[in-house]
Amino acid sequence: MGMKTHRASCVQYRLIVRDVNTLQILQLYTCLDQIQYVEWSSDSLFILCAMYKRGIVQVWSLEQPDWHCKIDEGSAGLVASCWSPDGRHILNTTEFHLRITVWSLCTKSVSYIKYPKACQQGIAFTKDGHYMALAERRDCKDFISLFVCSDWQLLRHFDTETQDLAGIEWAPNGCVLAVWDTCLEYKILLYSLDGRLLSTYRAYEWSLGIKSIAWSPSSQFLAIGSYDEKVRILNHVTWKKITEFEHPPIIANPKIIVYKEVEKSATVETQKLSFPPTRELASSLFSIPSKYDISQVPMSLQYIKPVADRANPRIGIGTLAFSPDNCFLATKNDNTPNAIWIWDIQKLKLFVVLEQLCTVNSFQWDPRQPRLAICTGNSKVYLWSPAGCVSVQVPMEGDFQVLSLCWHSGGDTMALLSKDNFCLCYLEREEVK
Amino acid sequence: MGDWKTITVPAPSSVLDSKNTSQYTSEKKMSPSSLNMQQVLRLPLPSSKSTHSFFSAFCTEENVEQSISYLNRELTTLGFPSLYAESKGKELNLISILNCMNELLVLQRKNLRAQEDVEMQHLKLGSDMDHLQNCYAKLKEQLEASKREIVGLQERDRQLQCKNRNLHQLLKNEKDEVQKLQNIIASRATQYNHDMKRKEREYNKLKERLHQLVMNKKDKKIAMEVLNYVGRVDGKRGGWRTDKTEARNEEEMYKALLRDYEQCQKQLLVENAELRKVLQQMKKEIISLLPPQKQKPRERSEDGIGPVLSDLEDDVGELNKENMWELSCETVREQLTNSIRNQWRMLKNHVEKLDNQVSRVHSGALTDKDVISREDHELETEKLELEIQHCKEMIKTQQQLLQQQLMSPCDDDTTVLLQDCYLLEERERLQEEWKLFREQKKNFEKERRSFTEAAIRLGLERQAFEEDRGTWLKQQFLSMTCDSKYLENVKTQSATSGSSDQDNHLMNTRSQQKKPRSLSSVPTSAELCQTIQHTPYSSPCAISNKTTEESKPNQWEEIYREETE
Repeated sequence: MGMKTHRASCVQYRLIVRDVNTLQILQLYTCLDQIQYVEWSSDSLFILCAMYKRGIVQVWSLEQPDWHCKIDEGSAGLVASCWSPDGRHILNTTEFHLRITVWSLCTKSVSYIKYPKACQQGIAFTKDGHYMALAERRDCKDFISLFVCSDWQLLRHFDTETQDLAGIEWAPNGCVLAVWDTCLEYKILLYSLDGRLLSTYRAYEWSLGIKSIAWSPSSQFLAIGSYDEKVRILNHVTWKKITEFEHPPIIANPKIIVYKEVEKSATVETQKLSFPPTRELASSLFSIPSKYDISQVPMSLQYIKPVADRANPRIGIGTLAFSPDNCFLATKNDNTPNAIWIWDIQKLKLFVVLEQLCTVNSFQWDPRQPRLAICTGNSKVYLWSPAGCVSVQVPMEGDFQVLSLCWHSGGDTMALLSKDNFCLCYLEREEVK
Repeated sequence: MGDWKTITVPAPSSVLDSKNTSQYTSEKKMSPSSLNMQQVLRLPLPSSKSTHSFFSAFCTEENVEQSISYLNRELTTLGFPSLYAESKGKELNLISILNCMNELLVLQRKNLRAQEDVEMQHLKLGSDMDHLQNCYAKLKEQLEASKREIVGLQERDRQLQCKNRNLHQLLKNEKDEVQKLQNIIASRATQYNHDMKRKEREYNKLKERLHQLVMNKKDKKIAMEVLNYVGRVDGKRGGWRTDKTEARNEEEMYKALLRDYEQCQKQLLVENAELRKVLQQMKKEIISLLPPQKQKPRERSEDGIGPVLSDLEDDVGELNKENMWELSCETVREQLTNSIRNQWRMLKNHVEKLDNQVSRVHSGALTDKDVISREDHELETEKLELEIQHCKEMIKTQQQLLQQQLMSPCDDDTTVLLQDCYLLEERERLQEEWKLFREQKKNFEKERRSFTEAAIRLGLERQAFEEDRGTWLKQQFLSMTCDSKYLENVKTQSATSGSSDQDNHLMNTRSQQKKPRSLSSVPTSAELCQTIQHTPYSSPCAISNKTTEESKPNQWEEIYREETE
């Protein structure tokens, strides 16, 4: 959400831009309807606000507050909107995924892309922003179109051997595109930038397949999390599996460190009670502080067996993330939703397991160093690094439920979002003498 | 025997009899020992009064003589000396009576002892018998019990086998069911896919219809309202989309791909080189670990290692040479892996031998200096094994990659270079052969020259000889015509004919000698030409080699020049 020095937040129909360091309001914009989605352009000069109900996208400029732009999709409706990597085109996905309209801010021209696929991740831009991959579906078959972002020329158009394409993702080096199939079939295809099929990987048949994937920042590894509670790592040389990470509920290896969050016994010191109660006291009454303890191995995690006959069951590896230095992989097994597993990629072994008291909502790596921030829906934020882990209480009055978090690209600031509020967390950098 | 009164004697046994009689006859001299003996015996003894009466019953005042004679008769039959002083006399020999009594007492004692012994033995045997009977009874019981147990166990075994069979049957049933379910799943999947496709087609139709409607409406609503145009990010103007731009885009894409591949390949080459270094190091270390050839000549297996070690050293030298090329061809790779495999096998054998040695040491043999601690060795071998596996995997992946690379077409220059490398040895060999041939040719030339000179000399000599002969003949003729013409004529004729024949013969031989010589000189050069002609054909693929071609015509020119000389 926040880019570089500014932080944009929206409240109902108002867009507020603040400075990251001081949280001072810099700009205030009013939109026509309730804003559903906000995105900065890549050069941080423009912000788009999408209002799906009315089918309108409004774009605001930071340099010129008087500049305005309104894109109305009319009866076509709007389901999704995003910037192109050059920051001058807006891609709107109309209702029923009928088409994608590419609006240009430079030339006021419109392009239409027909038959986009309605799936989890249908559009993918390369990291350098030169190419865009779009998943399409025509005549009951899946296709991929590669566009050059500079002039929206169709570079390649090829069909994929998938039953029902679920998502696409570029490797960070921009040369390989990973395409994976619906969860009913475990199949991942790897295509080169020029449309050639490099490799296909199938781990097993019939059981539920891929749930999530992640590329390592160096493009060396592709981690695939599946419904069978395993993560399989493919290497970029042979595109074959080099290892499998299992997530059993019982951890037996004594070399693994297990941090367990425990509640600190809340001792209310009667001497310090005062009227009216201070903010710290009030917050401490609402939430019990916690800390991490190192558990003895072997230990068992809380395992949930979900209802068997429902679709999209909460089992399997739902989230995967590599650390920016390529050394660690953090995974979450939805069967043990309180635990986060951190794997050492250099040794291809399990390194640390963090067990929280509540279900983990989201976690994100610091974009600069191997530091993981975790939030579990309570008023604390948790940080882990190879040096250790810490549980931090958010010092807010009342109840602040951290529902999601987001790192600043510089790496020292973190935004914690609850339902109605957000707060910024600044991390001090340790001075190296 | 005389008249005997019937005396009621209770159950007389000879022992009892004699004992009682001895008691009676020597009442006064009853020794305590005999009394004890009496007490030991369990036989019912009559009371003293009754014994007294019993003893008096045998001999009374009336039948003293008769009793004496009876006693005498009994004792003599038993082997004792007679009681009478003389045979058939009435005087009693007191000494013999006393002796007899003593003997009888001794006998009595012996008999008592024997009886005791027998009774002891009898008791022992009785108790043994009891014991054995008890044992027998117990064993019989045990046997019965174990028989019952066996029957019980057999029954249980049968039951378990039944159960086992049932379980097997159940398992088979389950497996069949699983197979059936899988088939069902497969059929359902296909059905589902078919249905999905049908639904999707319907949905697509709807979408198309909707799309048409949306497009047809041409709503003014679908529009973009913007205050002013925004400049592009890079500040330039937007360009038209033409074929040129398309081509440029393609080019850019391929450039990006190539850049990535090149980077990848560089990394892999670096890795490859490092791994190769590691493998070389490992090889050297393995060789150093293996024992040298000199030590332990007694062990038979060492002889197998010895010659192979020298091979290893050769291998090391070879591979070091090849390393300098830094070429990653199949053969080099294979050689490297094979040599490492061989060395590893040898090291394994060596380790096994050491293990045996160590076990021998443990069993009490003398310690050997070369025996390394087993654990250290095992650790090291484990480490090495892991390293080798890792390296093997890396080599395999790299092999595949490089095979791919080699499959792609490469320039002619590279093929020429490659072929050139293969032929380096051959070319050197060829050059050596050429040197040889040149030397030989020189020698042949020399010989030919000498032969021609000799031939010339011979010719000159012959000429001189002819002239001499002519003059000599003339002289002869002149001298001989005066004397006897016929004889001389004949002689000269014969001489001339003979000499001419001889001359002719000589000439023929000489010419023959000359011809083969000249002929031999020519064939040698022809042979030389032939051999030189053949050698280029024997060298393989030398056509591409321009240098060889150039040298050949030069060679030919030299030969022709010499021929013409």
